[in-house]
Amino acid sequence: MRSVPRERSITPPATNSPEGRQAVDFAFTEEHEILRETIRDFAKNEMAPVAAELDAEAKFPRDIVMKLGELGFMGMMIPSAYGGSELDAVAYVIALEEISKVCASTGVTVSVQNSLVCQPLFDHGSEEQKKKYLAPLASGKLLGAFSLTEPEAGSDVANVQSTAVLEGDHYVVNGNKIFVTTGGDADVILLFVSTDREKKSKGMSALILEKGTLGFSLGKKENKMGMRASSTYELILEGARIPKENLLGQEGDGMKIALKALDGGRIGIAAQALGIAQACLEESIEYSKQRRQFGKAICEFQAIQWMLADMATEIEAARLLIFKAAEMKDRGKRYTKEAAMAKLYASETAMRAAIKAVQIHGGYGYMKDYPVERHFRDAKLTEIYEGTSEIQRLVIAAILLR
Amino acid sequence: MAGEIWSIGELRDGELKRPSLEALTKARALADATGRKAALVLVGQDLEATGKEAAAYGADLLYLVEHGELAAYRTEPHAKALGDLASERKPEAVLLPATSQGKDLAPRLAARLRTGLATDCTDVETDASGTLTFTRPIYAGKALEKVRIPDARPQMATLRPKVFPVGSPDASRQPEVVRVTPEVAAGAVGTTVRETVQTSAGRIELTEADFIVSGGRGLKDAENFALLEELADTLGAAVGASRAAVDSGWRDHQDQVGQTGKTVTPSLYIACGISGAIQHLAGMSSAKCIVAINKDPEAPIFKVADYGIVGDLFEVVPALKSALLEAKS
Amino acid sequence: MNIVVCVKHVPDTEAAIKPLPDGSGVATEGLNYVLNPYDEFAVEEAVKIKEAGGDTQVTVITVGPDGATKSLRTAIAMGADEAVHLNDPVFLETDAQGTAVILAAAIQTLPFDLILCGKQAVDDDCAQVGPALAELLGIPSVSVVTQLELEGDGKKATVHRELEGATEVLECTLPAVLTTQKGLNEPRYPALPMIMKAKRKEIRTLDASALGLSPDAFAPRTETVEVSSPPPRQGGRILEGDVAEVVREAVRLLKEEAKLL
Repeated sequence: MRSVPRERSITPPATNSPEGRQAVDFAFTEEHEILRETIRDFAKNEMAPVAAELDAEAKFPRDIVMKLGELGFMGMMIPSAYGGSELDAVAYVIALEEISKVCASTGVTVSVQNSLVCQPLFDHGSEEQKKKYLAPLASGKLLGAFSLTEPEAGSDVANVQSTAVLEGDHYVVNGNKIFVTTGGDADVILLFVSTDREKKSKGMSALILEKGTLGFSLGKKENKMGMRASSTYELILEGARIPKENLLGQEGDGMKIALKALDGGRIGIAAQALGIAQACLEESIEYSKQRRQFGKAICEFQAIQWMLADMATEIEAARLLIFKAAEMKDRGKRYTKEAAMAKLYASETAMRAAIKAVQIHGGYGYMKDYPVERHFRDAKLTEIYEGTSEIQRLVIAAILLR
Repeated sequence: MAGEIWSIGELRDGELKRPSLEALTKARALADATGRKAALVLVGQDLEATGKEAAAYGADLLYLVEHGELAAYRTEPHAKALGDLASERKPEAVLLPATSQGKDLAPRLAARLRTGLATDCTDVETDASGTLTFTRPIYAGKALEKVRIPDARPQMATLRPKVFPVGSPDASRQPEVVRVTPEVAAGAVGTTVRETVQTSAGRIELTEADFIVSGGRGLKDAENFALLEELADTLGAAVGASRAAVDSGWRDHQDQVGQTGKTVTPSLYIACGISGAIQHLAGMSSAKCIVAINKDPEAPIFKVADYGIVGDLFEVVPALKSALLEAKS
Repeated sequence: MNIVVCVKHVPDTEAAIKPLPDGSGVATEGLNYVLNPYDEFAVEEAVKIKEAGGDTQVTVITVGPDGATKSLRTAIAMGADEAVHLNDPVFLETDAQGTAVILAAAIQTLPFDLILCGKQAVDDDCAQVGPALAELLGIPSVSVVTQLELEGDGKKATVHRELEGATEVLECTLPAVLTTQKGLNEPRYPALPMIMKAKRKEIRTLDASALGLSPDAFAPRTETVEVSSPPPRQGGRILEGDVAEVVREAVRLLKEEAKLL
């Protein structure tokens, strides 16, 4: 029996209703509001109509991502001198939440390019590297990826086995990288390799790898539970020759560069998780008002009300943590602990919210006609990548116990 | 002598269309309630025959403002001619139909006369003295406001088409005919009409249609609108579209019903594969009868539909067409 | 070429609108205000003309409260060069005709070859300001424009206007006021760097005395005596089941109950 997909009616909550309005104001500036409306409109008009299809077909929305690039969303916090939009971290969070509400996969694609590719290039790149790579990446003309994870190096980042040996003017790289977001579509990849195995974590270096480099090929495209419109690839390096000018920073800086990038990336992923959670909440409210059982709308039942209240409260708490971390970053303060807390709490909130959302939708929540089952699958990854929840807890504890 | 209640008639292809008769009927009613005279004002050329026929719907006076340069409607010369006449005759109120011509002319005329204007009204009430209260939708019909023009004269309003009734014509009515030949300096007008291109291939226009069949995202493709067109043909209906269908390129913007499209007031509106977003409802919720066809039983459109059919429109629409043909025969 | 675009700061169309308990107006607390959607077409068209070449300056102007700067900056982020904010509490008490008087007074002090504005504002839906403004400035107007082509010398334009079931093609001498309709163009999303640049743009603010206007000049001629909600539309009957039976029942209801067939 082939089930006929039902028309899914989506009526977003009125913008001045309690569920449509963000409870925390953070005294957003005018440009924050214009930014929010711009990306909200874009997400509604360009992304929402295809989000379900992209997920079903695991299709990378290159045209949407390039359009976002044209509008300046791929280098949001990079100075305009290097092709960026020169916004603050608060603006970054606003944008990522709105994007992720509609398509979490696009959210992670944007987050990776901003925090894990453009930002390290800006922080550590030479002028030539910034001109050659940062400018086109920040202005969205090129796509970027961040490649750290390996089969033997997940949370244990220092255990990177890929090697790079300097031979004349080139580093010759051998190894296997997995789970690389946008790995298959990226023009520029930040590759973390070991240039000195004995020095362990202090022997890691970061190299800028260009697509089409001899010796670099794509391995498997992952078939994922969720975030399916984000393309995740294995990278194979067999004697790949990378010019020595493409070393980012100094040899041995790799671990430092990676961890610093992941700090900022945490805020991005937290914002992404927040978007997923917010979508779960809004859709659950709407559904519970329309769905009638036992002669009333199910939102009149206490069980549902309590679930919605819990979701909303946790989301607000997550939002506060994220904006605090963003605001500390903007003020130039150390924000590692706050970013870790934000990522930890927002991702776990997104998962809890998605579970409740599916439950509230009942049987319909299990069907692909409704977006909540996609949020459920998407939310899980936020607890894993860019530092698992376990790692975040270690980071937080380490700072507490200093 | 109490000021007259005017209704400005709109001529298209030499004929006075229904919205003008609605406005004249209303002018008649207001005149009766306040002991004033109702007038039909026509601007153009060779207006007598048409004017006398239309006047049967309630005009005590028939103003014929005739000049070669006024034969085809253009904003500036029409506004000037009417403005001069109004300044001279000082009517109490001037009503126009809220057609594209009326909506274009009225604000310019109101500015010229330094008076107030209530646009797109759905009701007009009067007190004994002739102070009118206009009801008009705001926020795309999400709210209604009642408006008055306390001091400025004439009180001006445009009336939403298909809302006000048309009275029965009284062929025995003999209006007083007033001929006006205004000064129109040729070449002083900034706009020239080059041509008029019919766009709705013979089908009746949405804002004038009594029956409308409309399609949304559920149609999935431009070709599938042929199904709706067949149903529409059976009913003698116009075909509309939701914003989703227009934005997807399946239908022309002229067919869009909704907040950023057209507001329609048909007797019957059949919404196929339309979810019923607030912005769409804004354009059709004043239809007398709404039928909704949608696969999703939770679709918001069912909250406003008089008859809701939960089902696959690709099955329901052809079946409905057959059932209607059966009923006809 | 100098293009002036009149815009309005209005509640976004997704807002739930409720009248105040005393019926004196609409509850505006908590409403999110944006650039009027029909004005977006006007801004976009002006920016497109500017980008087509030649020495074109686009000035965007609004009569609005303090918060209206947001809509002005949105227009600047779309590509407008200058912004003028007519800001005075007294301005907010007038009606559409009065607003046209205020705009005319300000625009008269600017160089202009073309004035564009949206066909109507989505809050009051009056659709008056454009043609009224043209009358006060003594220039031609064309409303509900779906296509615009400027003649090379910038003194004339060929314009498509929407009628019932037809499109009228007109030639219009400039300067003129054109009111813009959906379909004229696809308004761009303001790019982020432009949003940031717009933040730094200086907006010229003028009040009634700066314009040399006495309140009588723009006093409202209409007054709102009550705002109410429309009567709620009730959902009716839901028909489910075998398609053939359902449609037969629907036809029967339309015939016998609704008496439409």
